[in-house]
Amino acid sequence: MTKILIRGAKVLGGEPQDVLIDGETIAEVGTGLSAEGAQVIEADGKILLPGLVDLHTHLREPGREDSETVLTGTRAAASGGYTAVFAMANTFPVADTAGVVEQVWRLGKESGYCDVQPIGAVTVGLEGKQLAELGAMHDSAAGVTVFSDDGKCVDDAVIMRRALEYVKAFGGVVAQHAQEPRLTEGAQMNEGVVSAELGLGGWPAVAEESVIARDVLLAEHVGSRVHICHLSTAGSVEIVRWAKSRGIDVTAEVTPHHLLLTDELVRSYNPVYKVNPPLRTERDVMALREALADGTIDIVATDHAPHPHEDKDCEWAAAAMGMVGLETALSVVQDTMVETGLLDWAGVAERMSFKPARIGSLSGHGRPIAAGEPANLTLVDSAYRGVVDPAGFASRSRNTPYEGRELPGRVTHTFLRGRATVVDGNLA
Amino acid sequence: MQRHLISAADLTRDDAVLILDTAEEMARVADRPIKKLPTLRGRTVVNLFFEDSTRTRISFEAAAKRLSADVINFSAKGSSVSKGESLKDTALTLEAMGADAVVIRHHASGAPYRLANSGWIDGAVVNAGDGTHEHPTQALLDAFTMRRRLVGRDAGLGKDLSGRRITIVGDVLHSRVARSNVLLLHTLGAEVTLVAPPTLVPVGVESWPCEVSYDLDAVLPKSDAVMMLRVQRERMNAAFFPTEREYARRYGLDGDRMAKMPEHAVVMHPGPMNRGMEITAEVADSARCTAVEQVANGVSTRMAVLYLLLGGSEPAVTNNATARTEENK
Repeated sequence: MTKILIRGAKVLGGEPQDVLIDGETIAEVGTGLSAEGAQVIEADGKILLPGLVDLHTHLREPGREDSETVLTGTRAAASGGYTAVFAMANTFPVADTAGVVEQVWRLGKESGYCDVQPIGAVTVGLEGKQLAELGAMHDSAAGVTVFSDDGKCVDDAVIMRRALEYVKAFGGVVAQHAQEPRLTEGAQMNEGVVSAELGLGGWPAVAEESVIARDVLLAEHVGSRVHICHLSTAGSVEIVRWAKSRGIDVTAEVTPHHLLLTDELVRSYNPVYKVNPPLRTERDVMALREALADGTIDIVATDHAPHPHEDKDCEWAAAAMGMVGLETALSVVQDTMVETGLLDWAGVAERMSFKPARIGSLSGHGRPIAAGEPANLTLVDSAYRGVVDPAGFASRSRNTPYEGRELPGRVTHTFLRGRATVVDGNLA
Repeated sequence: MQRHLISAADLTRDDAVLILDTAEEMARVADRPIKKLPTLRGRTVVNLFFEDSTRTRISFEAAAKRLSADVINFSAKGSSVSKGESLKDTALTLEAMGADAVVIRHHASGAPYRLANSGWIDGAVVNAGDGTHEHPTQALLDAFTMRRRLVGRDAGLGKDLSGRRITIVGDVLHSRVARSNVLLLHTLGAEVTLVAPPTLVPVGVESWPCEVSYDLDAVLPKSDAVMMLRVQRERMNAAFFPTEREYARRYGLDGDRMAKMPEHAVVMHPGPMNRGMEITAEVADSARCTAVEQVANGVSTRMAVLYLLLGGSEPAVTNNATARTEENK
């Protein structure tokens, strides 16, 4: 078995230590470890994190392989320091049967760059009318525990209630894309000062907040847990904070782009800034950062949403919603949370690895960096400064809002069960 | 002036006054037996219309032709995407044909901005109305009409609309005319008040340089011009207001309401009018209503815009017209 010694890495940002990987597991963590028989990686004070886990990735396969495939998506994930991603169900066909989730799961196994845990649709065809066979997806080889109609909201209160109740039988969780459909008909961007000027259809904050309020109350009523996808407004933060204070079993995620970008960018009418939920205001951004720091928002999830060039190289209204995010997520979190003093690296590990794995009931990921644990690790050069160049992305798509922007930090190495998927910043 | 005209906000006060003054010169051409200037001979103007709008298109067409430009009308009705050809490909086609200016009408807000700023074409872009965003030449022709009526045809030259009180009534939420007018009238020093039911005022309006009122009767006596916006009857199906009659009662302009306006005040409408909805026939056909005049002024104003964007520095109107301008000094 291969031995790898990572020498002088700041584990979770702490004092420099050596980490010895033997085969698929971490053999030893300490100082002055022997390099005998091991390949040595000089970490030189880089940050060592547990392999990142993304609870919200669109891999697009099957159906939209022109945007992304499981292979290209997992290569992008590895580049960004991820060792596991949850693949959203809005593929073509929709991942609403055991057959489709097993297909995605198998493609993940074959890719070898990171583990792929399929998410199952809550309702047949994401149509919000009839429950999909949630139990069959759970019992399949894919072992689905997270269910979501993401891209669409489970807006029918009865269907949502039943789904929340039903998945209790096997410890599942429903991840809600909170968007009241009637309030967002024709919505193109955040409703506010900027939408009024630009004449673009508004996506009001209340359309998200009202659904979250309903769903935390439903979760309380039926004693289930609920997860809120891509929370984007200050008001949503207040509702989740209140729900947690009441003991409701709710978790929430925020995307990197909602931690950094605002609707002011839409003034360019450049559809690279078109995303759902939309970019909000500075006030929302600050509330989201604070909530991520204080634990009201549990995790960062990318909502990595690849689209082909032609779907963004057009007028705003005709453009697709979404941004790629796997390869820039950690840098954005370093920029918005670490360098602002809101989070330390242990806090980043909690929000980008430990907690997402727990929410998704994913074993083998989000584990402590300690002897005997699986060697899923990410080494980060936090001193690095670089300008984002999408031409270098591993993703098949280039729809990043950060092109030309300087961001800190770079993943230099990623290890998936002891095997390097990224070495010196390049895919292995 | 900037190279394109996308938003009324692109214009400074001096830009706007220059356009209005130039439009006055152009208007004089319309009084001649031969209504044509050689200014844009050999230049190509493309009218790229993704949305039906015969009025605006023929206005631009007449303007370009009176300046002797070659005019190509490109009607891409319906969604560009549903037709399978993107805005980009259409733009590249026009570029290959050598368009010096593209006048674009599009159902998507921001499409002219994208056309001007994506590197697809080199020519000047004129926004002829984009979605619910802006319609800057409409605002210019409205300002031209107001200046003529409120300040005077010759007395107005070089002047703006300082201190004039303009009221815009109706579906502000969906109106590109309202957005452009608020911006341009503010630039020209006017005080703008929007009047509409709260459902038809956009969230975020508080950042606009204007007042908002829900009470038409209270605003009318303090108005120098009242601009009635077209209100689509279908809006009531989306619960913006209960019924046509209720809308007309609360926000429509009829003879009784018009009588509350100061004597000198004018009624404006960008057309097409919904008689009986936002405006009664009595008002629409009265001498105070400038709707038909606005159409005529539209051609002069669009001539001025095309001339200033494309024509460069030589005088637009030579010999006798210039002489008249001299006389007026």
